[in-house]
Amino acid sequence: MPSLKSLSAVSPLTLRIIAECPVTKARACDLKLPHSLVNTPVFMPVGTQGTLKGITSDQLEDLGCKICLGNTYHLGMRPGPALIEKANGLHGFMNWKRNLLTDSGGFQMVSLVELSEVTEEGVKFKSPYDGSEILLTPEKSIEIQNSLGSDIMMQLDDVVSSTVTGPRVEEAMHRSIRWLDRCIGANQNPEKQNLFAIIQGGLSADLRKTCLDEMTKRDVPGFAIGGLSGGEEKDDFWRMVTLSTDHLPRHKPRYLMGVGYAVDLVVCVALGCDMFDCVFPTRTARFGSALVPWGSLQVKQKQYAKDFQPIDPDCKCPTCKRHSRAYLHALFKNDTAAMHHITVHNISYQLTLMLSARQSIIDGRFPDFVKNFMRKMFPSSDQYPSWAVDALASVNIALDQH
Amino acid sequence: MKLELSRVVQGGYRLGVLREIGRAATSSLEVPGCLLYTRCGTVPHLTQDTLHTLSPLPSVTQLTLSTVAEHQEVLEEYKDGFKKFAGLHDTVLYCSLHDPLTPRPAGHVTNKTVSVWGSGGRIELTVGRFMALQKALRPDLYQSMADGETWQGDAASRKRLRKSVDRTLAHLDECLLIHQQTAELQGAEVLGVVEGGDSLEERLRSARETAKRPVGGFCLDGFQTGSMDGPLRTQLISAVAGELPEDKPRLLQGVGRPDEVVACVEAGVDLFESFFPFQVTERGCALTFDLDLSLDPERAVLELGEELDETLQPERGRDAELEDGAETMTPFEMNLKDTKYRGDFRPLVEGCGCYCCTNHQRAYLHHLLVTKELLAGVLLMLHNTAQYTAFFRALRAALANDQLELFKTRVLRIKRVV
Repeated sequence: MPSLKSLSAVSPLTLRIIAECPVTKARACDLKLPHSLVNTPVFMPVGTQGTLKGITSDQLEDLGCKICLGNTYHLGMRPGPALIEKANGLHGFMNWKRNLLTDSGGFQMVSLVELSEVTEEGVKFKSPYDGSEILLTPEKSIEIQNSLGSDIMMQLDDVVSSTVTGPRVEEAMHRSIRWLDRCIGANQNPEKQNLFAIIQGGLSADLRKTCLDEMTKRDVPGFAIGGLSGGEEKDDFWRMVTLSTDHLPRHKPRYLMGVGYAVDLVVCVALGCDMFDCVFPTRTARFGSALVPWGSLQVKQKQYAKDFQPIDPDCKCPTCKRHSRAYLHALFKNDTAAMHHITVHNISYQLTLMLSARQSIIDGRFPDFVKNFMRKMFPSSDQYPSWAVDALASVNIALDQH
Repeated sequence: MKLELSRVVQGGYRLGVLREIGRAATSSLEVPGCLLYTRCGTVPHLTQDTLHTLSPLPSVTQLTLSTVAEHQEVLEEYKDGFKKFAGLHDTVLYCSLHDPLTPRPAGHVTNKTVSVWGSGGRIELTVGRFMALQKALRPDLYQSMADGETWQGDAASRKRLRKSVDRTLAHLDECLLIHQQTAELQGAEVLGVVEGGDSLEERLRSARETAKRPVGGFCLDGFQTGSMDGPLRTQLISAVAGELPEDKPRLLQGVGRPDEVVACVEAGVDLFESFFPFQVTERGCALTFDLDLSLDPERAVLELGEELDETLQPERGRDAELEDGAETMTPFEMNLKDTKYRGDFRPLVEGCGCYCCTNHQRAYLHHLLVTKELLAGVLLMLHNTAQYTAFFRALRAALANDQLELFKTRVLRIKRVV
């Protein structure tokens, strides 16, 4: 007998494919989530501790952001799920009216590897604040994410660094499948919160394929491609991405975790990914690095002291509409607001990049968009990264090369 | 600019509006009031978008040479003045010498120079260089160069105080001369600076002499919080005020605490710098004024009587030490790092109306402070600035309605937030 739930409940996620690029694997979709519609491809800024680093919710909204990230590990420690639940979930606590995606805490196993130990049960973390031990199990992670009330929750996966080789990678992949099932079982809010699976398998095509075959058997609303965006070779990276999108269902969103450099975003859109997140744009902003179509601009450098243009004359963000490189350069010596100006600009840059990619897919000119993007980003075609050239060639974009 | 006073108490406070301020002569500022404190043209932590969630904002923005002197070359190349450089629209720009919160090591003043401290260290200014800066900045108002280094460290000798008054007058005269000859400064006004430390005689001399010059108003220097005790300050300010023309504004530097502000308003001060909200923000605290004077008359009478009950003093909040011991907070603040706010879902101050109180709760601010997130500074700066300007509004209303005593007992009394 069909589950009554699936017949009568409105799904908390629906994906409508608006356009598909006939040349590459790129698609433009409308992703409907409980708090708002999200246009893909989309870049999701990261607000780890329930805040986007000096940017208010209003500012983020005004930039057109429809979905951003919070982190289960960090928020689970401070202020803790019970308090956030009392505050009407993470949406209520940080007063963000649009969508939230929470990571499961899995990545911290890699980033905080000194402080963690993995068993079949879960991940044991040693708290950096008071040395106490926490056991993060799939059930616990989902429990916390249920309290946070995010629109998209990530399964707890067994994450190994992409530079690790050997049997540990296979062990982690199989365990991630088992943990996915435990996460599905633990989800108390399937009508409101979407649980995404995370494809693991390191840099092995076989392991990835096994993981894809298994995980796609589970009826989850979306899939993430995990375990990449670490220190691996880009040549391996893109091959795993494209392998994954080849085997992920067309009608469900594909979220490539931890990818945020502009070139990577554009290439991976061509390879069929819909959603991305990365701390890089917001982190680099705080060091005075502004992202621009031709790379990046280090505002703190002396050469900008008397440069009275905005960061990017074509950019429509609040920072570029009002301020010059010279003013921001001077401000960096005086006040934290300088960081906020660059953060606003960088978020705008990332969101606009994805919006432009989307529009070009809808208009049927995505390959031209990619070529223009590359031309602007690199002073000459012999500087195109070879991995990007190969990756794009694999989806029928031949970058002009000398 | 014109100072229109609706009320003047002889030897006491003034209430009114400073009109036709700025080169465009269109802005006005109610007095007593405060300026908008900035560092290099930015209110600390705030982009223009976040700043403009606050309304109304003080119409005069304060810039200090401490935060811009090092950019002289850039501004000279820019050629369009500081307002445009900083993206400041619709504001009057006032330029003072020192940032009230930047430490000023003593011993660097000479007969011809004063020093300011920027991000790269000490910058020595002659009047020539000082005026070159003003020419590049194109403020609407600025204080003339002054030797105010008499209030730090050991009490300055009489000789030193006399020198500071003499030098300051000489600097003023030289500034005014150069001002006349500088096209970029036509339409701008100069504030003369009254010095004299803690010497009544020198203070009076400084005031009388400065008043003889064609200045648009007066800066009272050397009265910074910590320079002398409250009663001496107000005594000297009153005396100085007696020597100054009634129809020109008096700006007091370096005093921002609400209780000291009111005392100085009563002594005849019109304008204050607004660095105090920033100090409160930096220690993770939020201002909490109870500005509603409209409670029932019975309670009002009781309160007036209570003020003098000394047995209650120890509980009546004096400054409290914050946990890390590095700072004290005034009785007008709540310490949001206190764990009691962890689960408190109320806004910082009910009815405040600022962006922070409209959108966020104490528990969230507590979390931001504990996790040392940048947004804490942004939200607290918005709230504290809103509270501070509301404080001045309420003070003016109290003066207009003859409720100053009630204001003092109600607002300045200790209000421990529970």
